Amino acid sequence: MAYFQMSTLALKWVLSKPATNRYPFEPRRALPGSRGTLVFSKDTCVYCTMCAKKCPTGALVVNRAHKKWTIDRLLCITCGYCVEACPKKRLALGTAHATPAVTKDRESY
Amino acid sequence: MPRTIIPFGPQHPVLPEPVHLDLVVEDEKVLEARPSIGFIHRGLEKLVEKKDYIEFVYIAERICGICSFIHGQTYCQAIETIMNVAVPPRASYLRTVWGELSRIHSHLLWLGLMADAVGFESLFMHSWRVRERVLNVIEATTGGRVIFGSCKIGGVRRDISADALKQMLADLKKIEQDTHDITKVFLNDSSVKDRLCGVGVLSRQDAYDLGSVGPMLRASGVAQDMRQLGYAAFKDLDFTPITRTEGDSYARCAVRCQEVFQSIDLIRQALGKIPEGEIAVKVTGNPNGEVLARTEQPRGEVAYCLKANGSKNLQRFRVRTPTFANLPAMLKLLPGCELADVPVLVLTIDPCISCTER
Repeated sequence: MAYFQMSTLALKWVLSKPATNRYPFEPRRALPGSRGTLVFSKDTCVYCTMCAKKCPTGALVVNRAHKKWTIDRLLCITCGYCVEACPKKRLALGTAHATPAVTKDRESY
Repeated sequence: MPRTIIPFGPQHPVLPEPVHLDLVVEDEKVLEARPSIGFIHRGLEKLVEKKDYIEFVYIAERICGICSFIHGQTYCQAIETIMNVAVPPRASYLRTVWGELSRIHSHLLWLGLMADAVGFESLFMHSWRVRERVLNVIEATTGGRVIFGSCKIGGVRRDISADALKQMLADLKKIEQDTHDITKVFLNDSSVKDRLCGVGVLSRQDAYDLGSVGPMLRASGVAQDMRQLGYAAFKDLDFTPITRTEGDSYARCAVRCQEVFQSIDLIRQALGKIPEGEIAVKVTGNPNGEVLARTEQPRGEVAYCLKANGSKNLQRFRVRTPTFANLPAMLKLLPGCELADVPVLVLTIDPCISCTER
């Protein structure tokens, strides 16, 4: 029945739940462990600049003198190298994905 | 009928990759195809001078958007060979599992594109629906959907917990069933067969002489697969390369369909044997030496040539991607074909021009 191979597949899917999400009513939930945006906790950061030194794209810039930690979200590739390098474990990768940006600003903390 | 030259690509509705062909046609018959590439050269090989050898893993992964993991893995293997780093067994197994998942998602993507090229839109959607399941498994275990970012020099970045491994096995069962449903259509449906059977026949001798690699070579009857070299955990896994003898587009499609099941089987074998232990070793110092690393990507063999001089940056980095090796075979197939078959023939080599140009 070479002509009806697709019909069985089509029929099966006509009768089942759609494979797609009803976005934007049902936004996609990030899977646990997904590499989303970089989360920085300011409280115990010693501004050692280790994360900025390791960042392969130069998204992180840390100023030790002014105690300023900045990130360019559009440059960050969420590789997690800074998370591994941070001696105080002040960096983490959250599962939420970055929101669309309108301007190319650096986030400062 | 006078001869006409029809420009084909780099932007074309059915062509996913920017390759340009000047097709010399007489009536609807292609007489000659003159290729030109160079639309997306990114200079990634030159970047070794700017990025140190550890950071370069991220760039190696970005050479290709589909077989990204295996690019990263090959680069890491090459550096590990130069520096005599022994990768922990668990890391080797994890690399194998992720490599095979990447092969499954690449083949399913190709099957979708092929369905699209032959005008079978609903089959295209079904192929990508199954691929989405694979991408979910990849995201849950590595954190990324296409750029895994989980391979590093000396091992891997992430471990997979026992629960996640169990979940992966359960997901693989569903993926296998779904793939079985769609491959039945690819291999038996008469409208798909009409477009693929006997189109672009590449003989065994031609495939070998032109230096084809991967499914292209195996569909012409040469049982060559770089996984037989036994890199990562392949030395402990049992498999034989899938071959067909027809050498036409249908055979290339069939090889890829069967390779999806082979990869599922390899993942099951790997998960059955995966040892406990460390996932990475600390790597110190700088590489010094020269090495050639070869692995099997979804599209075929990739060769990495690295030259290091003991400094942080490599001296030379060169990649020969599978598409580059398959382009001569594609040009052999085009003369004599119908104009309408050109997209199908270009697709059967699974072109990845962005890999080729780096």
